[in-house]
Amino acid sequence: MFKLEARNVNLYYGEKHALKNISIGIDPNTVTAFIGPSGCGKSTFLRCFNRMNDLIDNVKITGDILIDGKNVYKSKIDVDEHRKKIGMVFQKPNPFPKSIYENVIYGLRINGINNKQVLDETVERSLKQAALWEEVKDDLKKSALSLSGGQQQRLCIARAMAVEPSVILMDEPASALDPISTSKIEDLIYELKSKYTIVIVTHNMQQAARISDKTAFFYLGELIEYNQTATMFTNPDKEQTQNYITGRFG
Amino acid sequence: MSNSQLNRLKDLAFKIFAIFCTSVGLIVLVVLLYVVISQGLSRIDWDFITNLPSRSAERSGIYTALFGMIWVLVLTILISFPVGVCAGIYLQEYGKKGFLTNFIEINISNLAGVPSIIYGILGLELFGRLLHLGNSILAGSLTLSLLILPLIIVSTREAVKAVPKSLREASYGLGATKWQTIWNVVLPSSFGGIMTGLILAISRAIGETAPLIVVGALVYVPFVPSSPMDEFTVLPSQIFNWVTRPQAGFVTNAAAAIIILLTFTFMMNGIAVIIRNRFNKKTKF
Repeated sequence: MFKLEARNVNLYYGEKHALKNISIGIDPNTVTAFIGPSGCGKSTFLRCFNRMNDLIDNVKITGDILIDGKNVYKSKIDVDEHRKKIGMVFQKPNPFPKSIYENVIYGLRINGINNKQVLDETVERSLKQAALWEEVKDDLKKSALSLSGGQQQRLCIARAMAVEPSVILMDEPASALDPISTSKIEDLIYELKSKYTIVIVTHNMQQAARISDKTAFFYLGELIEYNQTATMFTNPDKEQTQNYITGRFG
Repeated sequence: MSNSQLNRLKDLAFKIFAIFCTSVGLIVLVVLLYVVISQGLSRIDWDFITNLPSRSAERSGIYTALFGMIWVLVLTILISFPVGVCAGIYLQEYGKKGFLTNFIEINISNLAGVPSIIYGILGLELFGRLLHLGNSILAGSLTLSLLILPLIIVSTREAVKAVPKSLREASYGLGATKWQTIWNVVLPSSFGGIMTGLILAISRAIGETAPLIVVGALVYVPFVPSSPMDEFTVLPSQIFNWVTRPQAGFVTNAAAAIIILLTFTFMMNGIAVIIRNRFNKKTKF
């Protein structure tokens, strides 16, 4: 069974038809990269999986989005319960203006977990998973805003993992970072694959090639091609994919 | 003269004009402070603050007016702060964009510009007569609350609006509900702005005389109020009364009371600045 699945998803921003009849299946414990030129709908599609598009006015979605075979737009659970199972990391690091510690346990606090021991353990485990523990273990009370951009982004990843989701969505997580921070994030994604299903939107073709198992190419709201990354980058089916990957447009 | 020389001359001319405009405001303030302080400063002593009002200027004090003002202010804050902040949050976070929201928005902006005497008449009719609160502190505070609610609502909305979308998304992404997001992320990040708005609104309330006179703030109150239902007077009313007296001694009293009122207002504004700076430093996004 697919971990995440989309069936004939259409999305409209008011009059604009932003996603056109997209179907895709994502296997558990894999890294899937969404690539495509700006405005092709890849971020919008990513945000369908945790219903982040609900926050925008005038959005209409048809079709089915399934996680573990359950329809997220029709199931009885509330949207906030649903989002707890799916972590999200955004393009720009967005730590809360709180301490590092409080940032990591935010998801636990809102679930009413206040047991000091559980919180401490979660902070250590999550920060270790995010490869940030060694750098901040003595400064957990310091404001998260005092960290560098790359550290902030790893903190955001730790924060997303603290609630133990099974899926992590990443929306261009390294686009605001320097090459060293980027490579740390990429190593991290590679390691996290064993525990999580990861979907990553990226503008960086090399990044997609380096870290993903499968790649999906979007263009003008349509899913043009979806295949094993190795195949996509060496021998794509469609000419559009070939042109985009070799840098002839986009 | 070349073109660039001419441009530099224009530049200088504008700079001088701008300095002139700035100094007009400052000079007026300095003259006002000078006149008031030279007249009233020598009158201020501990007796002036602790004496009850009296027929003779020398024995009069502002004790009742000062305490009346503090009573009114505390009650006004207690009433207007929760209502105003909640209304601002509702309009900004929950209100659906549409005809009704626009209508309410325009009306609130308009209400902020309604002359205060009109609020006084509304307060007199609504609180004084309909609700039988008479000319009590409570009636005065409710009236002042109405007066400053639009200011608090508008500043709360602005502060809440300034919280970046990325922070909200981070919270929603972790499975927080709307209320959890507002309580844990939006309010702490906008608290500095909300407090600044509140304190500036309160400073406005301190200076208001007209609505309180209409509601029935008395001038001669020989006792310090001990409950919200007591009659009261406030410092501006007391000043207004003293200024209208023919004896020179009362004018000195008025100047002294103005100094105390100004000190109070400056202190409030100072606190607003401190709070804003402190929270802005903590919540830089």
